[in-house]
Amino acid sequence: MNLAVRYLLLAACTLGTASLALAMPSITLGPRQPTNWSAITTFIFFVGATLWMTRLATARSRASADLYTPGGGISGFQNGLAIAGDYMSAASFLGISGLVFVSGFDGLIFSIGWLVGWPVVTFLMAERLRNLGKFTFADVAAYRFSQKPVRTFAAVGSLVVVLFYLTAQMVGAGQLVRILFGLEYAYAVIMVGIVMMMYVLVGGMTSTTWVMINKAVLLLAGTTLMALLVMFHVDFNPERLFARASELHRLGDALMAPGGLIKDPVSAISVGLALMFGTAGLPHILMRFFTVANAREARKSVAWATLWIGYFYVLTFIIGFGAIVSLFAHPAPYFTGGKVAGGLLGGGNMAAIHLASALGGDFFLGFIAAVAFTTILAVVAGLTLSGASAVSHDLYATIWRKGAASSAEERRVSKLTAFALGLVAVVLGIVFERENVAYLVMLAFSIACSANFPVLFMAVLWKDCTTRGATVGGFLGLSTAIALTLLSPVVWEGALHNPPGSAPFPYASPAIVSMPLAFLSIWVLSLLDRSPQAVRERLLFQDQLIRSETGMAQGFVRNGQ
Amino acid sequence: MHKYAASCAHIRDNPRFGALVRKRNRFAFFLTAVIVIAYFSFIAVLAFSPAWLGMPLLAGMKTSLGVPLGLAIIVLTVVLTAVYVTRANREFDAESAEIRRQAMK
Repeated sequence: MNLAVRYLLLAACTLGTASLALAMPSITLGPRQPTNWSAITTFIFFVGATLWMTRLATARSRASADLYTPGGGISGFQNGLAIAGDYMSAASFLGISGLVFVSGFDGLIFSIGWLVGWPVVTFLMAERLRNLGKFTFADVAAYRFSQKPVRTFAAVGSLVVVLFYLTAQMVGAGQLVRILFGLEYAYAVIMVGIVMMMYVLVGGMTSTTWVMINKAVLLLAGTTLMALLVMFHVDFNPERLFARASELHRLGDALMAPGGLIKDPVSAISVGLALMFGTAGLPHILMRFFTVANAREARKSVAWATLWIGYFYVLTFIIGFGAIVSLFAHPAPYFTGGKVAGGLLGGGNMAAIHLASALGGDFFLGFIAAVAFTTILAVVAGLTLSGASAVSHDLYATIWRKGAASSAEERRVSKLTAFALGLVAVVLGIVFERENVAYLVMLAFSIACSANFPVLFMAVLWKDCTTRGATVGGFLGLSTAIALTLLSPVVWEGALHNPPGSAPFPYASPAIVSMPLAFLSIWVLSLLDRSPQAVRERLLFQDQLIRSETGMAQGFVRNGQ
Repeated sequence: MHKYAASCAHIRDNPRFGALVRKRNRFAFFLTAVIVIAYFSFIAVLAFSPAWLGMPLLAGMKTSLGVPLGLAIIVLTVVLTAVYVTRANREFDAESAEIRRQAMK
């Protein structure tokens, strides 16, 4: 199926949903409504159409490797859009605009942090990953080390990061579906979970790469339109937008200053570390570098991704302020009881969705909601696949079966893992109902920058790194990050309902402790490692370096360029 | 296999390979340092004097100093990435291809 047909299909789905939404008189927003059959029809129609598309894409290529990577056929520009699609998740769109809606300037801190991670990935990681890896980032981390411990670590690290990330998408999707279809939150999350599993199990990574590209284009188009409409209402003068917003918002002039979100210097630095270095440790993003033909395309794809993501974050900032101006000026349909004091229907994460309705009525609401939902579905599929391949490729096929597993067996394990991940994500999605989704994703970044990133960085760039150092150091960083996250306010007080202020670890992110700890312990433990194996591993660095720099490999199979 | 080992050995002994690795690393770490310093200066201000970021850009304006600064970091990110990719595409790739070509002779 060619690109044009694909876009037509996707546009048809979206328009179909939007027009059905238009036809539904009962789509008014409410915290909970009676079962809305026409809404459910829309839902099934939309899901059916996307599943059908995924099937078509999968039917084209059924090679065994296909479930994980589309195998080198993707250009740098296309892959850049796919990476951007993967990265512009519900957290970025709904979460950042929601953060801006609630606390103004603070939203920009998150956008900037999420963007500055990209140059680090471009300069230090992308090309080397492309040259050293095949399916998962564990291929790279374990290149010259003993496979079992390093792959076990990488798989566990991937699963934890994927779970936190998935939870955030579930919360976003649950609230979206609830608000649109009037389902109860828990049912909405369960429904999203079922759709997500169907979606992943029917298609492989090939289809998700194309779905990612489609959805990136749709999301960029939709948000551009929203931002243009917002700016149109203030005569394209940002000063007027900010002035009007500070007039209407309860924070007043403080809206334009940092404040509510990050309260102390330690949290600011900690969140800063997590946002910047987390990107280089996200398994589903790292996987995307294996889908291009060579290092040059890998490099080009990150550059394109950086451009799109940067542009998108500027848009979300405008959309957040647009939501303040539009929704506070006419609060009746958007706030509980029609009053600002009642709180936004569906919580702060829904600011962009309400803004769509305020700007363009039910039709635009239907369109933006459909875009947001596809976004979530595609991101969830990408996440689930990277978690599933960590288990099936790293743990099952490489370690447990020592490479003797057939691809059918590997697929079965992969599908079982996807199912289990979906189940856990649904439960966590219900537990974290009230949290901001951008904040939840930040926690996934905290863990990625304390576990996956240090191991990958040291394994690829530091000659003296050894298996022992990488594995023990990585697990230390991982477990510290998890433990401190559980003891931090968002989990301790938010999800476990302890009294406010009682969290044993009072900072917003564990990164300031766990990331240096991981680097330090990898460094010290590697230096102390005097085993014969460590000597061999240090000698192998030269081979790894040649391959990571030139892309040359045994049999010259992987020299692209 | 044998040919591969010979090519590897050739590359290892080729002084141009070492020079390329050093040059590329120097450039990559320099650019990384630029973005890390830019971003953490922003974070340091945020951590220790947040009120400064909230000051009006010009007297009487609502737009705060933090907004253009934040945008500047976003632009810097995109520009630095473009700078790296341009040089790598033109210079590093050509040298790397030449080193590989010599090794495979």
